Amino acid sequence: MMTQGDSVSPHPEPIEGRGETANPPLRQAQGDGLPALAEEKPLLSASGVSKFYGSRIGCEDVSIDIWPGEVVAVVGESGSGKTTLLNCISTRLMPTTGTVAYRMRDGQIRDLYRMGEAERRFLMRTDWGFVHQNPADGLRMTVSAGANVGERLMATGARHYGNIRATAGDWLGRVEIAEDRIDDQPRAFSGGMRQRLQIARNLVTGPRLVFMDEPTGGLDVSVQARLLDLLRGLVTDLGLAVVVVTHDLAVARLLSHRMVVMKDGRVIETGLTDRVLDDPRAPYTQLLVSSILQA
Amino acid sequence: MAVPLIVSDVSKSFTMHLRGGVRIPVVEAVHFSIEAGQCAVLSGPSGVGKSSILKMVYGNYAVDVGQILIRHNGALLDLARAEARQVMAVRRDTIGYVSQFLRAVPRVSALDVAAEPLVQRGTDPETACRRAAELFARLNLPEKLWELPPATFSGGEQQRVNIARGFITDHPVLLLDEPTASLDAANRAVVVAMIGEKKADGVALLGIFHDAELREAVADRIIDVTGFAPQKAA
Repeated sequence: MMTQGDSVSPHPEPIEGRGETANPPLRQAQGDGLPALAEEKPLLSASGVSKFYGSRIGCEDVSIDIWPGEVVAVVGESGSGKTTLLNCISTRLMPTTGTVAYRMRDGQIRDLYRMGEAERRFLMRTDWGFVHQNPADGLRMTVSAGANVGERLMATGARHYGNIRATAGDWLGRVEIAEDRIDDQPRAFSGGMRQRLQIARNLVTGPRLVFMDEPTGGLDVSVQARLLDLLRGLVTDLGLAVVVVTHDLAVARLLSHRMVVMKDGRVIETGLTDRVLDDPRAPYTQLLVSSILQA
Repeated sequence: MAVPLIVSDVSKSFTMHLRGGVRIPVVEAVHFSIEAGQCAVLSGPSGVGKSSILKMVYGNYAVDVGQILIRHNGALLDLARAEARQVMAVRRDTIGYVSQFLRAVPRVSALDVAAEPLVQRGTDPETACRRAAELFARLNLPEKLWELPPATFSGGEQQRVNIARGFITDHPVLLLDEPTASLDAANRAVVVAMIGEKKADGVALLGIFHDAELREAVADRIIDVTGFAPQKAA
């Protein structure tokens, strides 16, 4: 029974940004001195991922590839399933059906939900990052800023105290936290500083893939702009792949290359970020874009 | 030399789902190709679809039907059907774009904005910034602005940042959307000279210029977009 007044079928096919894969494969730049395009294989590949909470749909039949070095924004309103999807592909929430494959550093493709718990945890601590909306969920609030960053480093085998402290100090600088705050606890930090510290903690291990859940949610706009700019710089410099969940289309525009629009647990449109925002095709995407307030 | 860009039988309409699904046709059966070392100019009155065509070629607007074939790294690629990541690769390596307005990013300096396309292609940031500075000097952008974010610049100043950003690379295809709309005569002349150099380098340019004098100065060929107006009966 449809309650909306539109004539769209309840499960429309998602609008693919620009066609299917029927075209000839992209050739690599041929010896012209340019860096090769990001490796021609996805880093993470989710297929047919669904999550049901009892009879309620969290997300349904979502397939998505994340390629090295690309930032993908997942947008949609509260309850659209974007956080459920993020948790499902980052092994924080077991999907009801579907698979999530990840290309390990040695090139092996592994099914994340067939990995042992220890291996999965190691992956999360080293090759991945997860930036929570609330920094308190991603930080240890009662140990020093330096230890918050250094702790992650130790998970990768670093043991030399001086080196760890130096690297932590370096990372605090990169996220614009004064070095003399290294021994302070995040409890004494402002919201924006805590969020920057959480980012440093995640990036210090040189991850290849970072998940972010509303990283700028709950911050003042001025603090938000600074954080976005910082993220943008770091992502480009480090060549990170990022999946960022946001309800803020301006954040998506600024940070992401590609966008995935979700509604009622389903993907309804995907494509290049500027294409989706400037020429939205799905009715719901048009509604979202037309609802942006112009400052 | 192989043709760098072919637009073949392209149509575009907007469907406004929030307005009861009304369909607004924009252009129909657009077809043209551009040559290396030439500047083709899209002409016609406002609202005829010139910018839409440019945006489709850049992958910013979706294409309903038809093909946009681009020679990218030695192979032909249909931009109308390409995946998002392929469009990104084409933008990085093959198609440059000078947009009408600059989408400013907070806190990023004008030099870094202009240098970015080079940095994305692997040039070291220092060299890229030096190149951006040369272009700024040539476009008479006051040096005290170079290190500032362009958000607060005047229209003409922002446009010069945009021009530098578009001209800094050696993309084989360069799209120009009214690059001189807010420039004075002296700076317009600089842009005309820069377009001439691109042609000499074998770049294929496709542009929109409202200024008739400027159009005369740069155009090798005029593509009349009124010929692609949608048929009323459709």
